Amino acid sequence: MKTRPFLVISLILGFSFLLSIALGAVTIPPGNALRILVGKLPWFEFSGDWPSYFETILLDLRLPHSILVALTGMALAGSGASFQGLFRNPLADPYLIGVASGAGLGAIIVMSIPQVGRYLIPLGAFLGGLGTIAAVYRLAKVGRMVPLTTLILAGVAIGSFTSALTSFLMLISDEMVLQAMSFLLGGSTVTGWEPLVIALPYFSIGLTLLVFGGHSLNVLQFGEEQAQQLGLNVERVKIFIIISASLTTAAAVSFSGVIGFVGLVVPHIIRLVWGGDYKKLIPLSILGGGITLLLSDIVARTIMAPGYLPVGIVTSLIGAPFFLWILRRAKKEVFW
Amino acid sequence: MKQTINPAVLQIRSLSANYGDVNALDDISLDVQQGEIVGMIGPNGAGKSTLIKVLSGVLNASAGEVLINQKNVNSYSPNQRARTLAVVPQARQLGGAFTVEQAVLLGRTAYLGFLGKPAREDLKKVAWAMKQTAVDSLADRKLAEISGGEQQRVLMARALAQDAPVLLLDEPTNHLDLRYQVNLLKLIKKLVKQEGLSVLMAMHDLNQVSGTADRVVLLANGKLKALGSPEEVLTPENIMQAYQTEIETFTHPNSNKHIIFPVE
Repeated sequence: MKTRPFLVISLILGFSFLLSIALGAVTIPPGNALRILVGKLPWFEFSGDWPSYFETILLDLRLPHSILVALTGMALAGSGASFQGLFRNPLADPYLIGVASGAGLGAIIVMSIPQVGRYLIPLGAFLGGLGTIAAVYRLAKVGRMVPLTTLILAGVAIGSFTSALTSFLMLISDEMVLQAMSFLLGGSTVTGWEPLVIALPYFSIGLTLLVFGGHSLNVLQFGEEQAQQLGLNVERVKIFIIISASLTTAAAVSFSGVIGFVGLVVPHIIRLVWGGDYKKLIPLSILGGGITLLLSDIVARTIMAPGYLPVGIVTSLIGAPFFLWILRRAKKEVFW
Repeated sequence: MKQTINPAVLQIRSLSANYGDVNALDDISLDVQQGEIVGMIGPNGAGKSTLIKVLSGVLNASAGEVLINQKNVNSYSPNQRARTLAVVPQARQLGGAFTVEQAVLLGRTAYLGFLGKPAREDLKKVAWAMKQTAVDSLADRKLAEISGGEQQRVLMARALAQDAPVLLLDEPTNHLDLRYQVNLLKLIKKLVKQEGLSVLMAMHDLNQVSGTADRVVLLANGKLKALGSPEEVLTPENIMQAYQTEIETFTHPNSNKHIIFPVE
């Protein structure tokens, strides 16, 4: 487990993904699911001894849903790990520092303007997230430092403020209420391939940029002063990380709502197991985030089947106690 | 004291700097030649750390200029500056999750690409730097698990890996026990001789300064009070003025070093 983290975590991700497309109101045996998928590739042909609606459910519903869920988890954990590195603060998380709520507000504002299409929702979320992080950073900064307490306080304050604005916007635009409500609870109610196609560029650009930032974050762990003395262009790097992490958070929020604790818990576990090197921590957190949200989503879809529980409720119910357990466990160990 | 016709590697000209309204550095002028160790002394708050911050570009000067190899440092990119000038900061609990080797490798930041993938040359330099500072046996230990003195040596190794001709040190012997204090000062002397480094080193122990530095600069209240050989600067008058402490000086019978002793 120590030696091949990428192999281990990729295998678990593949397994979780297969489980995610197989399980639901109708259970498709994972073997069949795999054969249906592989059979769609040009070089393979499998005779189907399964009902034909399996293919419809799998290809039109489950597959785009599971891909979106995996990407959302990846985005939240990847941006969480990057924010933690940027602020040198293990409690930074797109949810706790208010970026996710700000992105939610940005998305809602765009949704409440009737003329603009859903293609612009991620852009609104991106701008909302960026504005929030700028405000939180300015409020939290004491001298040259961003201490834990002020960061969380500023994040909570700005987060509550943007959430209140969001609620207000939802109340005054009544036809939007239902759509916005379910969206903000952190349940990806969007289905089919279309939202995925809109989301994909945001996710892929954001995640790639986050991985590129790993080395710079390593240098930043020794403080901005030393990072600059080591030759890092600190101001440029900070802007780069903030933009890429906000972009990724915005992509997640635009299509799946506000989902807490994935960005906090996943990088923690990865750091405990494989150490604090951001060149590894960020890609591993991204893969781990995919696993975590896929599994949470399975729970959300099956625990009240055929009803659907918003996945944000599941991640918070599992994530919050788990986080407390990590904190207790980590008291004696140095992992930061 | 060395006499040379070459222009100094590090030239500080009428440098001033403020923290808000506080004048932290006031009209400092100082040259450091190639192959020279300049020891910087002064009471707490004299401006030693501030001078290191301004020279390394962390703090802006309010007046004056700094030249390295006859070029104004403000014209250097962060990258170029780090290849020219390395800093050994005081050990603090930072980057505890990194291993010693990872931390020393960060000294190569200015040479690495954006993704930070080290080339063979970088790893060779890192291995050399760890060996020089005797931290090679700690390579896989985390910074949070090693002692303050060991951390200080890791920071020294990181600066050596930077491969810069100018080395600034901020009280490098602070956390070290006597053996490593002596070893570190020996190492600095050896590197200055071997590689022709130019060293500016803030220090507290006046006898260590006297035994190590070619020249000594005395700062107090942000002003340069004295500059010259240890014998010229470390006089009872200068020390009384800067530290309000009475000392006696004498010459060590074996080494001929200038020795400072506080009067009881």
